[in-house]
Amino acid sequence: MTLTKSNIADAIHKEIGFPQKKCSEMVETMLEIMKRSLEGGDDVLISDFGKFCVNDKADRKGRNPATGEDMMLRKRRVVTFKCSSVLREKISGDSA
Amino acid sequence: MNKLEFISALKTEANISKSDAAKVIQIFFDSMADAMAKGERVEIRGLCSFYVKDYKSYTGRNPKTGEKVVIKPKKLPFFKCGKELKERVDY
Repeated sequence: MTLTKSNIADAIHKEIGFPQKKCSEMVETMLEIMKRSLEGGDDVLISDFGKFCVNDKADRKGRNPATGEDMMLRKRRVVTFKCSSVLREKISGDSA
Repeated sequence: MNKLEFISALKTEANISKSDAAKVIQIFFDSMADAMAKGERVEIRGLCSFYVKDYKSYTGRNPKTGEKVVIKPKKLPFFKCGKELKERVDY
């Protein structure tokens, strides 16, 4: 089973009682707030869950593995996730 | 942006009370954490997906002292950035 946006909207509907449509809109609003923050280079920190960080990667030399051709990979900006210790323990369960 | 700033942004943009905004955000992240705790995959289109990766036990070394340590098996969430987010964040 995969958890998707609609499962989250359902959970909000059940727990708070907002109309179904309002819940899916709120999920979209939350995603937009997070994306906007990261797009602006601002990390998103969620205590007890983890942090979404924006990282700059420099230019680097690479190679096309299929053709063996050398190529230059341009600098880019990526999002990484750092898991909080609370989440890590929750996922690892007893084996942690 | 931290959780408090996230709460006030949601409050304004969704036109709900601050306490509801706090609850909604809590449910959002708790649902994801609970799914991963059950070993389920999480897929939030446009933002990211997570799956739980199993790591076996291995012998590592403390890089400072050179001492051998046994690392217990563990499970960690593996994050994959979604397409829309990736394109918006990159230059």
